[in-house]
Amino acid sequence: MTELALFDSILGGLILSSSALLLLFGIGKVCGISGIFYGLKNLHSSGEYWRIMFILGLIISPFFAALFGFSLPSSIDVSWPAIIVGGLLVGIGSRVGSGCTSGHGICGIGRLSARSIIATITFMSTAMITVFIVNNVFPSTKLG
Amino acid sequence: MTLFIALSIALFCGILFGFGLIVAQMVNPNKIFNFLNITGDWDPSLAFVMGSALLLFIPVYKLLKKKLRQPLFARVFNLPIATLIDRRLIIGAGLFGIGWGISGICPGPALVNIASGEPKIIAFIFAMVLGMYISNYVNIVISQPNN
Repeated sequence: MTELALFDSILGGLILSSSALLLLFGIGKVCGISGIFYGLKNLHSSGEYWRIMFILGLIISPFFAALFGFSLPSSIDVSWPAIIVGGLLVGIGSRVGSGCTSGHGICGIGRLSARSIIATITFMSTAMITVFIVNNVFPSTKLG
Repeated sequence: MTLFIALSIALFCGILFGFGLIVAQMVNPNKIFNFLNITGDWDPSLAFVMGSALLLFIPVYKLLKKKLRQPLFARVFNLPIATLIDRRLIIGAGLFGIGWGISGICPGPALVNIASGEPKIIAFIFAMVLGMYISNYVNIVISQPNN
């Protein structure tokens, strides 16, 4: 059970878009995590070392958040099969669909890209349907 | 010097983005499940995360894109050029949503959660990397003209 955290949600959203705006207008890159991450595989040939810096920043960010009293969840209450299947589909889907929650949901919609608006509506819908099915058809594995 | 500044900006943006995900609690799968669970005890938090993000991003983007001909520390804007809403986009986003709904984790929060040392997060990232490689084959199947 989680409840609406209005202040943290709005503050978090403003921080996310500040980062995305700075990355775009600072160095001309779209803040799409799946794309930045996948691009690491060509780092030697592309020389795009900004990617490793950004990912490194993400990984060390909890230490900075802790200074302000914000912490990671103490445990991940997700079953092993859900972790594996979910991870596979997130990996496949983000590549085939050219983006994830950040790239389409913030930067893409933020640029009023029709592709990103459609993609976001699509993944929000299938995610909501998935949660509905898991909770109602397999109530023993209730999510959340 | 420009390269040093550019790399510093990338590092700072990564820290800031992770910070935002933690403040917004998007790193907590339960928070995601309860947002997606619209027929249950719905937690609308993530709608406010996205809403506030866009309320800032859209006007600033419009303003600065007109004013700046190039980024401050790079030659060009690397923006996506695709405009076609095709089968790949819909199928990909659809599969992504199913994975997100099953696990409550998307790529950003997965990477931010590495610091917790939770084995499930490491496993999720391995599965995600495997999925990214498999995606090349999925693309070939989807792109076949007689499908």
